[in-house]
Amino acid sequence: MASKKYWKSEAELNPNDSIVETLRQNEFPEEIPVDEFLGDKENLSASTTNRRDFLKYVGFSTAAASLAACEGPVRKSIPYVIKPEQIIPGIANYYATTIADGYDFASILIKTREGRPIKVENNKDAKTNGNSNARIQASVLSLYDSTRLQGPLANGEPAEWTAIDTSVKNKLEALKGSEKQIVLLTQTYASPSTSKLISEFKEVYGNVNHIAYDAISEDAALTAFEAKFGERALPTYDFEKADIIVSFGADFLADWQGGGYDSGYSKGRIPKKGKMSRHIQFESNMSLTGANADKRIAIKPSEQKKALASLFGKLNNSSVNVDLSENISKAVDDVAAEIRKAGNKAVVVTGLDDVNAQAVTLSINEMLGSIAYSPSVPRYIRQGNSQAVNKLIQDMNSGKVGALIMDGVNPMYTLPNATEFSEGVAKVDLSVTFSTNWNETTEITEFTAAANHFLESWGDAELVKGYYSLIQPTIKELFDTRQFQQSLLQWMGSDLSYYDYIKETWNSGILGDASWNKALHDGVFVLESNTEGGTSATNNRSGNQTMEQQSEANTAIAPISSAVSSLANASADGMELILYPKIGMGDGKQANNPWLQEFPDPISRVSWDNYVTVSRADASSLGLINENVANGGLNGSYAKLTVNGVALENVPVLIQPGQAAGTVGLSFGYGRQVGMKTEMQTGVNAYALYQGFNSIQNVTLEKATGMHEFACIQLHNTLMGRGDIIKETTLEIFNTKDHSEWNHVPQVSLNHQEVPATTVDLWDSFDRSIGHHFNMSIDLNACTGCGACVIACHAENNVPVVGKEEVRKSRDMHWLRIDRYYSSEDTFDQDNTKKDEFSGASQTKSGFEEMEQAAVNPQVAFQPVMCQHCNHAPCETVCPVAATSHSRQGQNHMAYNRCVGTRYCANNCPYKVRRFNWFLLNNNEEFDYHFNNDLGKMVINPDVTVRSRGVIEKCSLCIQMTQKTILDAKREGRVIVDGEFQTACSNACSNGAIVFGDSNDEESQVTELKKDDRMYHLLESVGTKPNVFYQVKVRNTNEA
Amino acid sequence: MKKVLYRHQISKLFAFALVVYLLFSNSLFAQEESPEQNAAAATEVAAEQAGSDSGDAAKGKQLFNQNCAACHALNRKMTGPALANVETRLAEDEGLDREWLYTWIKNSAGMISSGDAYANKVYAEYNQAAMTAFPTLSNADIDNILAYTAATPPAPVAAAATTAASEGGGDSSGITNEIILGALVMVFALLVMMLFLVNNTLQRIAEANGVVMEKDKAVKRTPLWKAFAHNQFLVLVSSIFLLLASAYFAYGWMMQVGIDQGYAPIQPIHYSHKVHAGDNKIECKYCHSSARVSKHSGIPSLNVCMNCHKSIYEYKGNPEGPSPEDLANGYTNEFYTGEIKKLYKAVGWDEENQKYTGESQPVEWVRIHNLPDLAYFNHSQHVSVAGIECQTCHGPVEEMEIMYQYSSLTMGWCINCHRETNVKVEDNAYYAKIHEELSKKYGVENLTAAQMGGLECGKCHY
Repeated sequence: MASKKYWKSEAELNPNDSIVETLRQNEFPEEIPVDEFLGDKENLSASTTNRRDFLKYVGFSTAAASLAACEGPVRKSIPYVIKPEQIIPGIANYYATTIADGYDFASILIKTREGRPIKVENNKDAKTNGNSNARIQASVLSLYDSTRLQGPLANGEPAEWTAIDTSVKNKLEALKGSEKQIVLLTQTYASPSTSKLISEFKEVYGNVNHIAYDAISEDAALTAFEAKFGERALPTYDFEKADIIVSFGADFLADWQGGGYDSGYSKGRIPKKGKMSRHIQFESNMSLTGANADKRIAIKPSEQKKALASLFGKLNNSSVNVDLSENISKAVDDVAAEIRKAGNKAVVVTGLDDVNAQAVTLSINEMLGSIAYSPSVPRYIRQGNSQAVNKLIQDMNSGKVGALIMDGVNPMYTLPNATEFSEGVAKVDLSVTFSTNWNETTEITEFTAAANHFLESWGDAELVKGYYSLIQPTIKELFDTRQFQQSLLQWMGSDLSYYDYIKETWNSGILGDASWNKALHDGVFVLESNTEGGTSATNNRSGNQTMEQQSEANTAIAPISSAVSSLANASADGMELILYPKIGMGDGKQANNPWLQEFPDPISRVSWDNYVTVSRADASSLGLINENVANGGLNGSYAKLTVNGVALENVPVLIQPGQAAGTVGLSFGYGRQVGMKTEMQTGVNAYALYQGFNSIQNVTLEKATGMHEFACIQLHNTLMGRGDIIKETTLEIFNTKDHSEWNHVPQVSLNHQEVPATTVDLWDSFDRSIGHHFNMSIDLNACTGCGACVIACHAENNVPVVGKEEVRKSRDMHWLRIDRYYSSEDTFDQDNTKKDEFSGASQTKSGFEEMEQAAVNPQVAFQPVMCQHCNHAPCETVCPVAATSHSRQGQNHMAYNRCVGTRYCANNCPYKVRRFNWFLLNNNEEFDYHFNNDLGKMVINPDVTVRSRGVIEKCSLCIQMTQKTILDAKREGRVIVDGEFQTACSNACSNGAIVFGDSNDEESQVTELKKDDRMYHLLESVGTKPNVFYQVKVRNTNEA
Repeated sequence: MKKVLYRHQISKLFAFALVVYLLFSNSLFAQEESPEQNAAAATEVAAEQAGSDSGDAAKGKQLFNQNCAACHALNRKMTGPALANVETRLAEDEGLDREWLYTWIKNSAGMISSGDAYANKVYAEYNQAAMTAFPTLSNADIDNILAYTAATPPAPVAAAATTAASEGGGDSSGITNEIILGALVMVFALLVMMLFLVNNTLQRIAEANGVVMEKDKAVKRTPLWKAFAHNQFLVLVSSIFLLLASAYFAYGWMMQVGIDQGYAPIQPIHYSHKVHAGDNKIECKYCHSSARVSKHSGIPSLNVCMNCHKSIYEYKGNPEGPSPEDLANGYTNEFYTGEIKKLYKAVGWDEENQKYTGESQPVEWVRIHNLPDLAYFNHSQHVSVAGIECQTCHGPVEEMEIMYQYSSLTMGWCINCHRETNVKVEDNAYYAKIHEELSKKYGVENLTAAQMGGLECGKCHY
């Protein structure tokens, strides 16, 4: 034993090794750089400062610092010199305006405080497009983006507007008589004034060509509509009126054809008098729409085309030869039968980028006389013309273009053939880009015209025919910027302001006798012909003509037959890639918005990334994996995507339940590099694969080396048969059985008797019948999972952004999250049955292990979860400093300045809704999002505390809003009526899924919902008695 | 920032003594002053009498102040021309008689439209600001006004004399105070020295007389401190006492950290609440108008100041003339007038031409009441709903020459008031139901804010 020798490395075994010897002799193997930090000897000895002096200085400065700390800071109050009449410090003003950034179009209200826009609200007066989504909610933060351009640039150097105006005007004048065109390449405006302005610009300069360009093109749908109705527009749909909705790859709850369809859809989804709409979705990616469908058929796009053709044939009683697999053709048969039964209450939509498919769906809807389909009131919010854009690139390269003026577009990022485009731009004499930020396109153009944010601009829009909206600035330009239209006026030699121009256009053309001021106040204006039931008139027309049309069906569809046959013969070789926009990022216009980057995708729950979604079967055959590492974070393989020789390297892979086998999905909007903060440079650019403006591409997928680290918020995807978290039932059971069967209250044992959990109480209850008692109802049927509420909550409550690394560590700060669950069997109901039937430990173990895996085509459920404001809150009893306490109004209070950060409350919360501030997230260089710069801080809501490090924070049921409502009523000496009490999320939810109110008010909607048979509380068995309750999800799955 | 000690009985005592002293000295000066005032009044009356040949200048002054003073001054251009000796001036320069003035005052617009040359000239000269017509003024009234304008204003000699006199008085009062205190200190010091010397001398005499000090005996007895040290119980009790006492004082000291009661910073413009709210009885919410509707009381924007200060361009003192304390502090009329000029500079008002230059310089007031961000306080809730007087929290503002923080603004202070104050529910439909139900529940007639839920954390902290 004694001879045993321990050795640290092999070298030590060799006694003659010199290195071992030196290491043994020297304590420090490397020279300690003493000289470096003591400076050179001469200086040191010459210095009069000795060690004692040093200590004196330290002592003095410590004492001075602590003495200085005794003094409070002097705060200044600077009032206005001349106060604008409308502004009262402390009171919010609201302005009606419209977002029309080329991708999002909606009528909104902007809340301003002391002149700063701080929040986006829905414009409830708007008859159409009055609902905002997550991106629109977040757009207010883009106004305060610290990377915005602060003035115009010439060749990348700061310049004066006057200098730019002169050189642009000179060049335009020079081009006036020449052969070369002047091209305006712009976003879709849908603006009557801009159209008029551009036509006047054409008159001045002659050879002007205006090309509208949508980054994500709806060209196929536009072309199909134009061929049929002679106008380049899109039909409008009202899904509320439909009894059966059949969609072929149309993600109409997200951004399909301009979006904004979810509120109508949700209204039809709430079971009323035993009826609700039925929704069947044929699709490849798991989309938000597919997740909400009653029946989802996951098939490849080529099969979708065939199925659509076959459906057309069945409805038309003509024979269409398609080779579809047995179960798909059976599904199509069933759908055809259901549509026939519903008659004109059915509607068919498609999102396939194929003119034939679009034309066929238009014909089907016309054939059905669908009352949910109104082509006579079309929407103008997509105008992009792919052919014209392709032609432009050709023209530029052949030297036919003299000037290129761009606004609202970033072709260098969004074009797959960006290099061709940049080569073309180099051959153009004059190139100007209007942009709010430095980006890929401003890099290659001569002049960069710093453009206004839409909240600083004037404008108008005709979103839907006859429905007009106005855009008004809610703040003066923050920087030396000028909007496109104003510049056009300038360059035309007009000295009108664009405001006057719009006013003139409206007064002379649109308004008739109506008042301009009222239109501006309301933000919307509807032509009288529309207010008198324009849409319903159309619907009646189509309803009456149904029979006629069906009789003439054969003649009407004659030109359609070729479209059908081409659909039927769609080829289906290899792997198909479906490019799609995420509801959080859209086309990538707001990629530098930290709220949107941190917004978790409703389906994958991944933030700060895009990724290629792959089905489990394909992933295992390609050797692609997803795994959770030790800290819980999700990792995924990298893959290489190749489309027609264009390759995208290192795309992270996410295995997506419900992804059709043989297909992969990739989202647009990520991978921007130029002009972005490093934190925001996330994901890969999918536009590189968007060839021919077609979102469906044939792709090859190869595994690449390395693993990608995702910031995924939800790591457990299935419910494991815990049916009391999301209670759901089918319409049939809902209609026929008593609610105790499908909305079962959990039982507990009391004195050896099984009694309902809601009747057992450990505590004495507080009498809450006096005063207000706030309750919130969340309808799982109406919630589509869109996430507008999540961003609204961020904006209202100053919720910080923590960044990808922190999200990966589960330190996300969202006060409101939308949980997404997959079923592990085909339905959630089967999950519950399977779990109940486990017997014995081993079967239970293996069974649960199986249930961790989502099904191939699972059912999906969304559940918004925020603080449940329990009347018997577990968090309150464990707080050692009483920082969290209950109010008699039902809100669970959180006094941040009292919190010492033990996090006992978070541990004791059964809903996991409490968030801990691990870091000082404002004024912190480490978190370079928006809270650490003066500009970004302008979005802060002054009525809500900005939390510091070391405290817990959580949803307050927007107590600042309820308190304001109460105070307003007190001041006016009146009773509060139902609907006045709102929270940020209930205000943002245009789907009616979140209803907030006073349950002591007998008249209120929330009282009624509380008595509803569908009402249940989350984890009722725990006995927390929450003030937030849910409505059982009902699925219309009865096949017949 | 000025700090105020938690325990300052001594300073309070001094303050009290000072107040008592000043109280007496004040009345003395007041008596001294009265003859001068009388003299001033006498000269004024004399002047008025001298100036009036056909009207009563005293009545004219009243009428002038009621009707004309908003736009006219005697010796100074304002919205309209200066009016001193207007009649003579018009007669001499333009050849216009009193009849012209009657017509002009009663209907200036009519004269302008009728094409009267001088009427149009004046109208054009004063930025085409039409003069309000005064059809209600009789010719006799106008005579009175003209008599007043013709009277020579009294020279401000008397006032200046008073200033000088009382400044001297103010200084002397400070000196006497210091002298008395100094003398007292001297006397005490002398006493202590004498005691010491006497003791020494006595000892020396004793030694000389051979009296043996009983020091040795004393040594044999256990000294008091040793006895104390041996008694463990006593040590324990006294150390506990000492600890508790020091804890008490430490707590008291630490609780005053961050409390700025009495904080009275120097402001960029010496704005006197005493002059505005006290002497001139301007309603608080005239300037702090947002207190009615908003969480902020709002520091008035400068255009609010200009509502009055467009015509009030100099300070003339309160009717009794500046008090000796004011004068002692240097708050003379000239001083206040200088402060008004600071306002003009800030707002960009050109006094000469009665125009805004557009070159403004916002005033950086030093904020006095600094409620931390974590506490939400709403003025309108307290002012409009509860009908609480501003003075309840802000103290006697109308007496404050320099504004200071009157209340401690601590949470305990808020809570005490919420416990003691009844909610004003009368004539407020909002409270009807909740008051009925809650008062029944608690069996009380009136509900306090606390019973209404005003003590819950989340009502102020969110």
